[in-house]
Amino acid sequence: MQFLFRYANPHNFMRLSGAVLPFTAIATALCIGTALYLGFTAPPDYQQGRTVLILFIHVPAATMAMTVYGAIAILSLLSLVWRHPLSDTAARAAAPFGALFTTLGLITGSLWGKPMWGTYWVWDARLTSFLLLLFLYLGYMALWNAIEDESRAARAAAILALVGAVNIPIIKFSVNWWNTLHQGESIVSGALAPVFLAPLLIMMLGYLLLFLTLWMIRIRTAILERRARNLMQGGAA
Amino acid sequence: MNFDMGTYGAYIWPAYGVSALALIGATVWTVLAWRRAKTRLARLEKRI
Repeated sequence: MQFLFRYANPHNFMRLSGAVLPFTAIATALCIGTALYLGFTAPPDYQQGRTVLILFIHVPAATMAMTVYGAIAILSLLSLVWRHPLSDTAARAAAPFGALFTTLGLITGSLWGKPMWGTYWVWDARLTSFLLLLFLYLGYMALWNAIEDESRAARAAAILALVGAVNIPIIKFSVNWWNTLHQGESIVSGALAPVFLAPLLIMMLGYLLLFLTLWMIRIRTAILERRARNLMQGGAA
Repeated sequence: MNFDMGTYGAYIWPAYGVSALALIGATVWTVLAWRRAKTRLARLEKRI
């Protein structure tokens, strides 16, 4: 925890993230480029045909939607318990990207569902709990913007994020707990052929790196905006 | 690379199009916001 606190003060964060950013940006482009190449050269799936290509963008988006929410929940806990100075800023900065990944998961899932299930949408446990995740993100961002006092807004948003975290295991295990149209887990179980697994895992890494790159830039932006606000008010940044 | 999607093109290309648009859009939005904040802070520091 000491390590985390030492490197997560705004000054150290600016220095460290400035050094790391070029590498994460290049790695993002390499991973997404490689995954696209492997995906578009992969043969059609024996059951799903070429719609298997949607797997390579749907699963990374859905995984990131849940990962980002998990990160926000952990940062919210840090904020509430230890009053860590950067955790509120980092949690707030992550939310728009989480909402974006959730939206992409829903749209690409619908476009995959139509040819495979014969419908764009069903109110089954996985799809409904995933839609709830989007509403949680929207509520979280709205709460931040609705309360003028920043420390009160941070506290309220952190509580909402922690309460909403209950939805993450529900999304994950919904396909086991209920009878859903959505297919079950296929990465860890080994159900996916290596020719599809490789582009999927590389694309997942690419999405993760893209998020980390954009998240760091967004946090840096928030730190600069705070400095500017402090200067305007005549205080020290 | 095989870009022939057969009858599934109507689902695959929109999925890739929306994803590309959203991710590129998020990147542009993030970088522009960073540049704006940097310029604004520099202007304020110069003035003070």
